Amino acid sequence: MTEPSAVQPSISDIIAALKDKPGALLPILHGIQDALGYIPPSSIPEIASSLNLSRAEVHGVISFYHYFRETPPGKNTIHLCLAESCQAMGAKRLEQHVKGKLGIDFHETTADGAFSLEPVYCLGNCACSPAMQVGHDIYGRVSPESFDDVINYLGESA
Amino acid sequence: MSTKIYVSCDSGALSLGAEKTASTIAQQAEKRGLQIDLIRNGSRGMYWLEPMVEVATDKGRIAYGPVKPEDVAGLFDADFITGGQHPLSQGLTEAIPYFKNQQRLTFARVGITDPVSLDDYLQHDGYRGLNNTLAMTGAEVVKQVTDSGLRGRGGAAFPTGIKWNTVLNTPSEQKYVICNADEGDSGTFSDRMIMEGDPFVLIEGMTIAGIAVGATQGYIYLRVEYPHAHANLNSAIESAYQAGYLGDNILGSGKSFHLEVRLGAGAYVCGEETSLMESLEGKRGLVRFKPPLPAISGLFGKPTIVNNVISLASVPIILDKGGEFYRDFGMGRSRGTLPLQLAGNIKHPGLVELAFGPTLREILYDFGGGSATGRPIKAVQVGGPLGAYMPESQFDTPLDYEAFAQLWAVVGHGGIVVFDDTVDMAEMARYSMEFCAIESCGKCTPCRIGSTRGYEVLDEIIKGHDLNKNIPLLRDLCDTLLNGSLCALGGMTPYPVLSALNHFPEDFGVSDKANAA
Ligand SMILES: Cc1cc2nc3c(=O)[nH]c(=O)nc-3n(C[C@H](O)[C@H](O)[C@H](O)COP(=O)(O)O)c2cc1C
Ligand code: SF4
Repeated sequence: MTEPSAVQPSISDIIAALKDKPGALLPILHGIQDALGYIPPSSIPEIASSLNLSRAEVHGVISFYHYFRETPPGKNTIHLCLAESCQAMGAKRLEQHVKGKLGIDFHETTADGAFSLEPVYCLGNCACSPAMQVGHDIYGRVSPESFDDVINYLGESA
Repeated sequence: MSTKIYVSCDSGALSLGAEKTASTIAQQAEKRGLQIDLIRNGSRGMYWLEPMVEVATDKGRIAYGPVKPEDVAGLFDADFITGGQHPLSQGLTEAIPYFKNQQRLTFARVGITDPVSLDDYLQHDGYRGLNNTLAMTGAEVVKQVTDSGLRGRGGAAFPTGIKWNTVLNTPSEQKYVICNADEGDSGTFSDRMIMEGDPFVLIEGMTIAGIAVGATQGYIYLRVEYPHAHANLNSAIESAYQAGYLGDNILGSGKSFHLEVRLGAGAYVCGEETSLMESLEGKRGLVRFKPPLPAISGLFGKPTIVNNVISLASVPIILDKGGEFYRDFGMGRSRGTLPLQLAGNIKHPGLVELAFGPTLREILYDFGGGSATGRPIKAVQVGGPLGAYMPESQFDTPLDYEAFAQLWAVVGHGGIVVFDDTVDMAEMARYSMEFCAIESCGKCTPCRIGSTRGYEVLDEIIKGHDLNKNIPLLRDLCDTLLNGSLCALGGMTPYPVLSALNHFPEDFGVSDKANAA
């Protein structure tokens, strides 16, 4: 979960560096998503051939895990927690506010490309519910007002 | 001499602005020409006081909290670096009743040390368990763990010593130790706090496990949602390698143990141990049939210990002080301590490590201080999304695996999520079914399809449609899930659903309990 870096290693470099690890597929997928923000479908044949897997197998793995994505995300991805502890502290109301403020639903990206919105089922910040994560940064006791502050700040720097 | 000031680097504290508080303290100190030594510790686990700032004094550490950046100048004005009085002053940290009344064994160092400092770890009794281990046979180490009575803290409460013994007695060229750090249950964060706040204790526990059973490779399967834990684990692992606590020939003993962190990718079911191993092997996380047991044929078909973070992090103190020391805490067949996690709608959320035995009521009110909203507590869900909802009439249940099992409830990983009287339990039951549908690995039909059917039926019930037909239908679906699921995701989703229905029938539009049964 690192931010896309300035100097990007190529997909081939990532595969070459990791392919000899036991159980290399997830580390490779993470490596690519860390570098590019998503796993381009065009990279699947190369991943598959380097690990002696079929393309269908690689695609099956990508689609099994909620975290991996095959489309580019917005500049900031917001993971909003919807699990029980956050629900007990008003996550459902916050969800309505967030969707309204951004004008998008889950799994969508704002038209200006600034924000993608994803649900998450627990960030382990349950002592500070409701919680959300934006990139590496985690936020606790999120209110509609504090959400707007974060979004306005990030939106300006976008 | 410069004063030691502590501001937590725990992600919960960071989520409330600890970074800004810390940098403001550094700036103010510089501006005022004061020498301070700013240490980023783990969290003490009193999250309503985070960001908490502690100052080392002759009498012990004095706490201030919650400290916002705008409070910092005032703290300096009040001379807090010598422990001066201020409205945010909480007195001596270790005299705060929430903290003082705990029995911290597994969490002994969390919040006290600099998490990534090996020196600090060693100065606070670190690696004493490993030193003892190196002078013992594998069977002797396993016996200490068995004698301690430690049961798996990941959910199933299986005796850890028995699991280790199976791996010890299964001959193989290669064996593995896996730490299950997928911590997917809502309301739980003890694994995270250990990995962020005292990563060496987990590394030491895994090293002891490896040396005891003859496993030379360990993996920590960490959920991707924990980037701060990831960073601290990697930093601690690197220091341990450099100092000879990991690698070949550990401390000159001729024994080897290698350790690597692997990231999950947001699948709850990958916390199930066989699904986790599939994921580590680079596959979809489909649950495996058991037998074979992972202890006999686990990762890459080799004998494998899979243990939760807290189980493994409890091992060093057992090997340091002996199995009997640990066993002396607790009640019945629940031995030792459990780090409870108070979450949701609670005034004092946080980490409370206690010997088994106190009642839910004591935990909720004496420690938790009641609900955050000040309204009556209507229900608590203990043990994560597959745990039962417990009503007030069950709050006198002691914290004990068997006492909970008798009520058709679970202790699980020790998470307690609190709801006040505004919660609609039919909505919560619906959420449980929806969660099961989203997270199902898809291997069993009841779980894959029954859960979707389940929330559709609950939608009808919530609308008040045809309750005479739909309530029995919901019960039938739960029966099918209970009996026709390979793992506890499908098999235990009925716990929250049926407990909600049985204890709170009025939320389902059923007026008397007899009707709901
Ligand atoms: C759906 C599901 C999710 C689970 N998630 C976790 C988890 O996140 N962490 C964990 O330690 N155990 C989890 N478990 C339990 C593991 O399968 C296993 O019992 C545990 O890792 C064994 O370690 P322990 O004996 O130390 O508890 C889960 C089980 C199921 C069925
Ligand atoms: S119960 Fe559900 S999650 Fe568990 S093995 Fe069956 S389909 Fe997979």
